[in-house]
Amino acid sequence: MSKFKNKKNNQLPEISTSSLPDIVFMLLFFFMVATVMRQNTLMIQNVLPYADQVEKLDTKLVMNIYAGKPSSRYTDMGTEARIQLNDKFANIKDIKTFILAERTLKRPAEVPFLITSLKVDKETKMGLVGDIKKELRAIQALKINYTTNTGQAKDNFNQ
Amino acid sequence: MVRRLAPSVNAGSMADIAFLLLIFFLVSTTIETDYGIMRKLPPLIEDSPEVIIKKKNLFQVELNQLNQLLVEGTLMDIRDLKKAAIEFLDNGGGARDLTCSYCRGAKDIKSSDHPNKAVISLVNSRETNYETYIAVQNKLVAAYTELRNREAERLYGVSFVTMKKNLIDGRYGGDKPKLRERIKKIQSMYPEKLSEAEPRNQ
Repeated sequence: MSKFKNKKNNQLPEISTSSLPDIVFMLLFFFMVATVMRQNTLMIQNVLPYADQVEKLDTKLVMNIYAGKPSSRYTDMGTEARIQLNDKFANIKDIKTFILAERTLKRPAEVPFLITSLKVDKETKMGLVGDIKKELRAIQALKINYTTNTGQAKDNFNQ
Repeated sequence: MVRRLAPSVNAGSMADIAFLLLIFFLVSTTIETDYGIMRKLPPLIEDSPEVIIKKKNLFQVELNQLNQLLVEGTLMDIRDLKKAAIEFLDNGGGARDLTCSYCRGAKDIKSSDHPNKAVISLVNSRETNYETYIAVQNKLVAAYTELRNREAERLYGVSFVTMKKNLIDGRYGGDKPKLRERIKKIQSMYPEKLSEAEPRNQ
């Protein structure tokens, strides 16, 4: 009998895993708090270029204009770069309506401080960007931000 | 009286459930980028008066449809653009009332008179890639920032970038109106005069 007893005592005690859920929950809450949900579902490719002379954007006063080639799910829209406003493909002419609609959502005092953030895919041709800028000038939305990834500008050419 | 202990609930699978949730959040959220190059567009004015700028006060940067950079008509590597822009802006070749007391450039009479007069003109083709355009914009902004940093450090002992950071920092203990005034002063020493013409169709 004593032989069996000795064997049992030599075994390592089991590690308690009861605090594992707590640790995982802590991680979970961290990610829930730290991440910002994207407001729009992107229907276009949107790989931003790199730049290092960047300033931070106040996310409350931003209007987003996306542009790029339609992503693989929307190949029926063609391969030419398109503009996306609020979950929809749009034309150049729709920008005016979009900006006016966004302005009505904000308080009048905030309107002069609104910034248009251009989130343009790096492979887009400047012709489209030029057209967007022209529309923005016509509607007096003059503050723009070329949203980029932070990094050395030379990263742009490392492909 | 018999006291019965409640049977303990097995909490082993709790970790699995929490992991599932964690992985779901990890996959479904994307961290939104909210950094970028700030620019101000010029207002659209019908038949604006022609402004005459002396050729020596104009720094012509052109991007063609093959994403090549042309500065003053000659090909240039993007890496050299910042240096060239600084040389142009900081030249200070003006005489008499246009003398630039803080410029440290070559004082070449063939280049710009004064930072206030120096205009950088950026022309791009409709076929230029956005990526290249941003790289060029970035270099030009970097040139202005470097000059402003230099002057801010000389006058106030802090770099221009730090001053701007302090201005939006809520915890900054210093005098904010004074800081704003100083930033304005530095900005007026090297005003950002970046003109962009309509994209050229080639």
